[in-house]
Amino acid sequence: MKIKKKPLSIYIHIPFCVRKCLYCDFLSGPAGDETKSRYVEQLLEEIRRESVKYDSYEVHTVFFGGGTPSLLPAFAIERILKTVASVFCMKKECEISIEVNPGTVTEEKLMAYREMGINRLSIGLQSADNEELRLLGRIHTYEDFLMTYKIAIKSGFNNINIDLMSAIPAQTLQSYQETLNKVLSLNPQPAHISAYSLIIEEGTPFYDHTPSLPDEETERELYKITNDILSEAGYQRYEISNYAKSGYQCAHNKVYWKRGDYVGFGIGAASLIDNVRFKNIENMESYLSGRDVREDVQTLSVEEQMEEYMFLGLRLTEGIQEEDFKATFGRTIEEIYPGVVEKFVKQGLLSYKPGDKPGAGCIALTDYGLDVSNVVMAEFLLSDESV
Amino acid sequence: MAQIDQSKIRNFCIVAHIDHGKSTLADRIIEHTGLLTSREMQAQVLDNMELERERGITIKAQTVRTVYKAKNGEEYIFNLIDTPGHVDFNYEVSRSLAACDGAILVVDAAQGIEAQTLANVYLALDHDLEVFPVINKIDLPSAEPDRVKDEIEDVIGIEAQDAPLISAKNGIGIEEVLEAIVEKIPAPGGNADNPLQALIFDSLYDSYKGVIIFCRIVEGKVSKGTSIRMMATGATADVVEVGYFGAGQFIPCEELSAGMVGYITASIKNVKDTAVGDTVTDDKRPCSEPLPGYKKVNSMVYCGVYPADGAKYPDLRDALEKLQLNDASLHYEPETSIALGFGFRCGFLGLLHLEIIQERLEREYNLDLVTTAPGVIYKVHKTNGEVIELTNPSNLPDPAEIEYMEEPVVSAEIMVTTEFIGSIMELCQERRGRYLGMEYMESARALLKYELPLNEIIYDFFDALKSRSRGYASFDYELKGYEQSELVKLDILINKEEVDALSFIVHKESAYERGRRMCEKLKDEIPRHLFEIPIQAAVGGKVIARETVKAMRKDVLAKCYGGDITRKKKLLEKQKEGKKRMRQVGNVEIPQKAFMSVLKLDEN
Repeated sequence: MKIKKKPLSIYIHIPFCVRKCLYCDFLSGPAGDETKSRYVEQLLEEIRRESVKYDSYEVHTVFFGGGTPSLLPAFAIERILKTVASVFCMKKECEISIEVNPGTVTEEKLMAYREMGINRLSIGLQSADNEELRLLGRIHTYEDFLMTYKIAIKSGFNNINIDLMSAIPAQTLQSYQETLNKVLSLNPQPAHISAYSLIIEEGTPFYDHTPSLPDEETERELYKITNDILSEAGYQRYEISNYAKSGYQCAHNKVYWKRGDYVGFGIGAASLIDNVRFKNIENMESYLSGRDVREDVQTLSVEEQMEEYMFLGLRLTEGIQEEDFKATFGRTIEEIYPGVVEKFVKQGLLSYKPGDKPGAGCIALTDYGLDVSNVVMAEFLLSDESV
Repeated sequence: MAQIDQSKIRNFCIVAHIDHGKSTLADRIIEHTGLLTSREMQAQVLDNMELERERGITIKAQTVRTVYKAKNGEEYIFNLIDTPGHVDFNYEVSRSLAACDGAILVVDAAQGIEAQTLANVYLALDHDLEVFPVINKIDLPSAEPDRVKDEIEDVIGIEAQDAPLISAKNGIGIEEVLEAIVEKIPAPGGNADNPLQALIFDSLYDSYKGVIIFCRIVEGKVSKGTSIRMMATGATADVVEVGYFGAGQFIPCEELSAGMVGYITASIKNVKDTAVGDTVTDDKRPCSEPLPGYKKVNSMVYCGVYPADGAKYPDLRDALEKLQLNDASLHYEPETSIALGFGFRCGFLGLLHLEIIQERLEREYNLDLVTTAPGVIYKVHKTNGEVIELTNPSNLPDPAEIEYMEEPVVSAEIMVTTEFIGSIMELCQERRGRYLGMEYMESARALLKYELPLNEIIYDFFDALKSRSRGYASFDYELKGYEQSELVKLDILINKEEVDALSFIVHKESAYERGRRMCEKLKDEIPRHLFEIPIQAAVGGKVIARETVKAMRKDVLAKCYGGDITRKKKLLEKQKEGKKRMRQVGNVEIPQKAFMSVLKLDEN
């Protein structure tokens, strides 16, 4: 009898970029060709070495993130993908995404991506206003983006995400509206839009010299019109910051929120396998030396699994199924979090849709709840004494 | 043990303004007299560590006995009695002085005389101590020893021309000081055959020995087995051990007799029984009357002390109990606040005392505390003739039942260089001071005399004084008495609910200003909630100031990159942890910090 394989997602981190953006706190930076080359070899080595642990899995999604993965030669990406495909069992309709920055890809490169099986592009636009892009320290203009988008379509990509940012320096309600409108006037429209608001992170130039940012009222307004305008244009907000046309939700992204198994390769890459979280070391030199790269191995207790289930699951607008929680943990949400759901429903932060029988309802954040989701999520953490 | 010749004993203390070098000189005296052999030195270090371990505190009074071989070839016993250096502990200072026969006045060669120097010198002179000055820090470039000598003679009226010129820090002139101690400080009097009469000038609780009484034997003698009686408290006990003070250790001896300074242990369980200033006598052969000057010490400043974590209430109670064993001037009684839960109303000698206790509770007992605004004791005269001593603003009776209120007033002396007289007078005016007069000390300095309400100086007066005089003003005060005053209770309402722990008593004229500043401060401290929160200051139900904490509109974690959720979780945990440290009043969560921040209204 054939045993059904478990789904697995793979994240591959490419920590290289042309130049660090002023707000960026991701593990990335410029590097010379030699480092890049050694890094790729090490990635291949890691993928081969680790793959033996995943015999019982079938890969459903692959995601090349960065940094700017498109900085690597197409051939390097191809070798990585081929290696993955040779040592892992791949699902037939596997979602394979790669992040690209405007101006870092040629038509040839995009064609090559298509040929090697990449079927989803994520383009970091952030803003359609060149002055705003400059203030963010981005390396491209809106015109660069238009070119990249054009050749992407030409190369046959129909599943394209565009990253946008709100609450950035010099942004006004009007300029943001324009950005949204420009993106929506693309032909064809992108299948997916990620709309984040800027968060000033420690260790970034913006943290040390915080530029003047839109005031709170404006920021709030920006946030609101994102949903208004995108809904109007036929996108569905399926996660706090993610909008998609029907059929184009990012499967890889959802794995994170639904706590599916995923393994990360490359420096700093995070994994969750069978309720064990671990991370790769962040130091490039150590990684290149090829020793065991895992650290921060944390076996999640049942309580931790439950907290994660709640606060990650609530990020998705489809919400949490009471029955699924019960099936997963053997106890009901009400048993673990007595009164919490009711309280937030009363406050208008959560919605509760009863099911066809008791205990089969669905819990989700309301629109207002999405805006202040931290308040709700924090309440689903379990302190040691409460279980 | 050989009989000690009374004429070879010198009991003295050092008086000085803060930073004029009192402790350094004390260290030099101990060093130069080389009181211990190397073997003893070893033992002392070990003892000390053990002591620290057991008790976790440092010994309060650094009273030390040393032996000095003078140039005349004779050996002298020096008892150097340390005095606390703060106005909060004036009474303790006076008792320490009463245990001495003389005092060394240390004056900074650059700074000259300060208000506190004066206060302490007058105290010493009041106790008929022989005071001789030494000029310290003469090696500083800015030293003006001649000017300072003149100043000492002019202002204090004691001979200063042959004052030793020293640098305690660099060991200059120390021999001269030691000789002066022998020559100028009189030997103690008293007769060992008289009935025992000993002055308690400090005491310490030791978990093995019980209370250790620090005393000066004025008349008679005491040894192991003597039945002693504390004349004011009436407590009796049998002496277990007597001895004298090594540097940081207790050295037992056979007997303490008239003129000597030492300690007595008698298995006494509580320092309350051995009040500072009380007289120890022989229960079987008592002296006819106690030594003069005993006074029950009263708390001057009160505040609520609450555990940050309500579950730690029993820990706080235990800690206060333990501290009180050692500090008879600490008062506490349980109280309940709607906002802060169970805690204690604690009474202190002054703000410094409050800070010391608070710090010890936090550091030695590992407690996180929330304290309410310190206040003084108000006398509330009710229409029915009853008089209430009010220590907790929440207990103020209905205004309709109040005939009038009184508040404590102090006489203050502020010494300041003439260029700052204007700004200091302005400050005193703002604090409702009543100008009494001014004396010029010399051309460049003046002594300002004011009467000030105590509640105007307990928070930040000292800081304000320093900042308005660029650090040059010094300040001393003593309680004068009670005066009728137009006082009101200022209440703070958060989201329309009165927060009892934030109420305080204030003069009618200052109510608006204080209320406004409290509201501003609280606005910054209270995090946004899902709803708008009005913060109001009210007097007698009438709102006099208002601020608003706007409703939270957005609180969301955006990107969750590459499935690394640990950081997100940490953020949420922090948020939850922060919430745990908040106090719920109505449906508003108030961070503990908010309760404390309103204590510092003058900080920007």
